[in-house]
Amino acid sequence: MPTASYAGSEVTVNDEGFFTDPGQWREEMAPQLAAAAGITELTERHWQVIKFMRHEYEAKGTGPTVRVLGKTSGVTVKELYQLFPQGPAKTAAKIAGIPKPRGCI
Amino acid sequence: MAAKIEKVSIVISKGSLEGVYPGLIMANGARAEGMEANLFFTFFGLDAIHKARHEHIKLATVGNPGLHLATWAGGLPGVSSVMTHYLAHKMEQLDIPSIPEFVEMIADTGAGLYACKASADLFGLTKTDLIDQVKDIITVGEFYDMAAGGQIIFT
Repeated sequence: MPTASYAGSEVTVNDEGFFTDPGQWREEMAPQLAAAAGITELTERHWQVIKFMRHEYEAKGTGPTVRVLGKTSGVTVKELYQLFPQGPAKTAAKIAGIPKPRGCI
Repeated sequence: MAAKIEKVSIVISKGSLEGVYPGLIMANGARAEGMEANLFFTFFGLDAIHKARHEHIKLATVGNPGLHLATWAGGLPGVSSVMTHYLAHKMEQLDIPSIPEFVEMIADTGAGLYACKASADLFGLTKTDLIDQVKDIITVGEFYDMAAGGQIIFT
């Protein structure tokens, strides 16, 4: 399994760069993960989504899709795509250190 | 890793429920993966972006062998409505949005929605007949220009 180093810690990731063990994630790792995904600055709105992703994952064992994010995270679909242009659910999951959400809608 | 798809242009040409959803799911999914996506509605697919019709798109109950319903039964009055209603209920349970809501969401993802000029002319439709999210009514040539460098998916 590939490893990567964030905020001075070695973590295991899959081929696409998603954490395989969300327990290895710490908040300090987020800026570096975001920068790798093309997001230079994490605003409060980004954090709202990232924390929501963590929360949903901890509660349900899977990250939410964009549709679910748009309905329940307090951030609209339009804004989600402004915050995470490369795909909100996918990018936010990567930054939040959780597996890529699976869902078609 | 294999080369990634960067851009898709999806044509929706049918006006039945089962004809519209696959293209919408593919467009929404493309945006979720960070791809550029444009949707082109042509022929009866235009109903999906028609203000007065997009809430009334029905499942085809005649000539649809996948439904495992006798054609004569599918043709009885009201059967298409009942089957559509049943499917809508199932979709709601799975949190699949209705067509109007889904189209609006796809526009919000930043995908472009376009109508086919030949079809709009044929049905006598203008931009005012279509939902506000539609960016333009375009020709087939303009479609190819816009689709250049990406994948074209016809549904």
